[in-house]
Amino acid sequence: MPAVRIKDHWREQRMFDQRALVTAVLMALATVGLIVRLYSLQVSNHDKYAELSQGNRVRNEPIPAARGLIVDRHGEVIAGNQPAYQLELVPEEVADVPRTLASLVEIGLIRAEDVDDIERTIESSRRFDSVPIRLRMSDEDVARFAVRRFEFPGLDIKTRQTRFYPNGGLAVHALGYVGAISEQDLKHIDRATYAGTSLIGKLGVESAYEHELHGNNGFREVLVNAQGRSVERQGAFVPDLRVKPPNPGDDLVLAIDLKIQRVAEAALAGHRGAVVALNPNNGDILALVSLPGFDPTLFGRGITAHEYGALQGDIDKPLLNRALRGTYPPGSTIKPAMALAGLTYHLVDPQAHKLCAGSFHLPGSSHMFREYHNEKHGYVDLDDAIARSCDVYFYGLADTLGIDRIATFLAPFGFGRLTGIDISGERTGLLPSREWKARTFTKPGEQVWFPGETVNFGIGQGYLNVTPLQLAHYAGIIAMRGKVWKPRLVAAYRDSQGKLHEVAPQQDNEVAGVSAEDWARVVHGMVGVTQHGTAAAIGAHAPYTFAGKTGTAQVFTVAQNERYNASAINERLRDHSWFIAFAPADEPRIAIAVLQENGGAGASAAAPIARKVLDAYLLDDDGKVKPPP
Amino acid sequence: MMYEEVISGSRTRRTLTGAARVLFALKIDGPLVIGLALIAAYGLIVLYSASGQSMPTIYRTGARLAIGTVAMLLLAQINPNFLRRSTPWLYAAGCLLLLVVAAIGHIGMGAQRWLDLKIFRFQPSELMKLAVPMMCAWYLHERPLPPSWPSLAALAGIILLPVGLTAVQPDLGTAALIAAGGALVIILAGLRLRVIAGTLVLGAVGAWAGWGFMHDYQRKRVLTFLDPQTDPLGAGYHIIQSQIAIGSGGVFGKGWMNGSQAQLEFLPERSTDFIFAVIGEEFGLLGLLVLLLLYVFVVSRAIFLATQTQETFARLLAGSIALTFFVYVFINAGMVTGLLPVVGVPLPLVSYGGSSVVTLLAGFGILMALYSRRKLIGS
Repeated sequence: MPAVRIKDHWREQRMFDQRALVTAVLMALATVGLIVRLYSLQVSNHDKYAELSQGNRVRNEPIPAARGLIVDRHGEVIAGNQPAYQLELVPEEVADVPRTLASLVEIGLIRAEDVDDIERTIESSRRFDSVPIRLRMSDEDVARFAVRRFEFPGLDIKTRQTRFYPNGGLAVHALGYVGAISEQDLKHIDRATYAGTSLIGKLGVESAYEHELHGNNGFREVLVNAQGRSVERQGAFVPDLRVKPPNPGDDLVLAIDLKIQRVAEAALAGHRGAVVALNPNNGDILALVSLPGFDPTLFGRGITAHEYGALQGDIDKPLLNRALRGTYPPGSTIKPAMALAGLTYHLVDPQAHKLCAGSFHLPGSSHMFREYHNEKHGYVDLDDAIARSCDVYFYGLADTLGIDRIATFLAPFGFGRLTGIDISGERTGLLPSREWKARTFTKPGEQVWFPGETVNFGIGQGYLNVTPLQLAHYAGIIAMRGKVWKPRLVAAYRDSQGKLHEVAPQQDNEVAGVSAEDWARVVHGMVGVTQHGTAAAIGAHAPYTFAGKTGTAQVFTVAQNERYNASAINERLRDHSWFIAFAPADEPRIAIAVLQENGGAGASAAAPIARKVLDAYLLDDDGKVKPPP
Repeated sequence: MMYEEVISGSRTRRTLTGAARVLFALKIDGPLVIGLALIAAYGLIVLYSASGQSMPTIYRTGARLAIGTVAMLLLAQINPNFLRRSTPWLYAAGCLLLLVVAAIGHIGMGAQRWLDLKIFRFQPSELMKLAVPMMCAWYLHERPLPPSWPSLAALAGIILLPVGLTAVQPDLGTAALIAAGGALVIILAGLRLRVIAGTLVLGAVGAWAGWGFMHDYQRKRVLTFLDPQTDPLGAGYHIIQSQIAIGSGGVFGKGWMNGSQAQLEFLPERSTDFIFAVIGEEFGLLGLLVLLLLYVFVVSRAIFLATQTQETFARLLAGSIALTFFVYVFINAGMVTGLLPVVGVPLPLVSYGGSSVVTLLAGFGILMALYSRRKLIGS
């Protein structure tokens, strides 16, 4: 480097030009780089970004589908929809939320104990979203709010569809109810299809046919800005947004006849128990009663913890569906099946008379199996034994049959398994057997089946446990001489186009191997029950012949040396009263099982209820038998 | 048409047309001004949409453009020699004002970038965008080029003092632009390539060291630049939303005032730093190409004008002004498209707000002053 450098203008000019050229090239490269980037964003990845931008600006607002109606077989509405008023609050329009809530408590529109919950809900909501703070307002509440509306900016009354049960608790255990969607429900529903739906079927038909009733929610595209607020315009334009209308749920036509249901509920009213009436020709359930019941509307409008606690804590267990889930020993109602078993295995001579002296002993045992009320029937044949419900006769018959034959023969009648009714929650009850006992008990001494247990089985006591539905099903099988139809609540449905679709009745494996003669013998015995037997008083003057069988299920075991004294023991320890029947005996149109808990003997408590139901179904207004349909 | 052919006897003489003569008298370069006017007009159209159809925004921007145009026309009349002689004073005044701002900021509340002159707010850092390259060009004017090591050291000092003062405000975007303005002068002055390479290495080391001095939000910006998805609702939100806006615009765009990202406010800073994304969304790739074309035209013309000057001071300053303009565009477009970190550089002549419009136009005024006073050689 020279010590002194002199400016060389010409050289500098050339160097500058060179540099300018280089920078120009660099600039061009940078510009090309930018264009490549833009090409990648706007051409190569355009679809991806277009979708992201669409997702940004459009929110799908669900339009809930109207839930299908539930009507009885004659079209009377059991469950419908009703607009309900609710009070809603928009947080950003309310200056002082706590004070507003306090004022609402003062005028009695919300309860003081709910304020904390409401405040939490408001806090977790977006500022501009309308938050429901009071559901199901009465007309009076609405009026009360309306006159003071001006005091409550940011609050408004909105309407929304809720489930409405015009008959209150009528048939509630068949119907079920709808309630708020729970965490549990969320596990087995498609959240997307439930967006916008707040209620879901919880039990009974409402739950079993949830899919059909729910329908398909529609949606409406709403333009939203970055804050999530829905806006009308996008800049200067009103964009084209899609709307998909909802597809309402199917209406269900139940097999239930509300007239029969009402009669049955009225007849059992004031007692705990169940009535199941069905058409044995196709399994149609005509009435399904479990009392006490409850008002399903409570759940739809949002049941309070207090109300739910009261229902759950009630000693009468109103939430228990006794028809499907109550299991009881069938008592003497099992005797027709025992008789059929004896006849089918040729182990009983129907004409042979056996002596009933009021008690039965197994050979070589001192244990005394007693006749109910220590009656002595004297010499009875099979027909008599059924009609008069002779325990001693069936003790002996059961002993002759043995547990293995009994267990095998009873299975096709539906004992110990589900009947297959089209709502869930049904219990199987228990049909005991030698294998069952060996499997169930742990102590070797208890795993053995004792002959005495077979004897008790003969009169439907002991381990055998059935639900009222199973007994109605069983009565129907006898009525149909062995043909088995699955019980069903839903007979048809009407789709959203208004087209009616019949649901085909479902046949089950029939009871095979029983001769027509033997069916006739047993049915004859059951007709005898209502004419000169245990239920003669009930069957008197019936304009149709009907077959029945009383039953009494022990709740309280009477000690060997004591006598059962109904009045002396606690009402809740009294025997359960059973009655099964079908009518007319020759061309059955209805089969029924009635259980009255702690009702005492079947003839006195359950049988009159059954008669009322049979009359209601079979007779016209003048008391004459209606012609068969 | 700058020239018309006049046939007079046997000689063909070239002479200026009437309009060109007026422009020449006003020391205005027609193509450059037309390019700038087109960009500004395009900017106003976009800004109307990006601001949510706000006429007040348009009026204010129009007013700034008017002030800038006046500044440009006035500065174009200045004698380059006067400009060169007053450069050290301007530079010194600028540094002093930066110190004052820093002091006020220190006493007052944190970030402070402007002086409140009652009538308008004045940002000394804007002044430095011009004063620094001027000072560098002034320093090199009398010295032989390429600059010697001592010269480079002095230039580094000239640049780093105001850059440092601006960076602590903290205003990294402006600091970067001031540094770029100065550095471009040195590069144009013929800085050897190996020195440039060495500086880049040093810069990398410096960046590593600088990490320690960065504010949290600045670090976050850098990290988010490297991977926007790490913070989709926080700092990455800007970049993600601007990429969605540009990408969803496609080739032809969604139409003026119909960009959902911009109009529904998903795109932050839509009328200021991210207005480039609004153009991309509403006018598509074509709209952006038109804009880039205008910018490239303006920068090319400015570089051409710079090459036509004959003095070192004029050449270096004019070149730096031209290239800085491009750096503006590139940094803004790069940040909006996700190529560069978000540093808060406005899109020149299009973004709303700030005094940068005035500074930019003033710069072009100086450039034209430098160009118009060249000695016309021959005819």
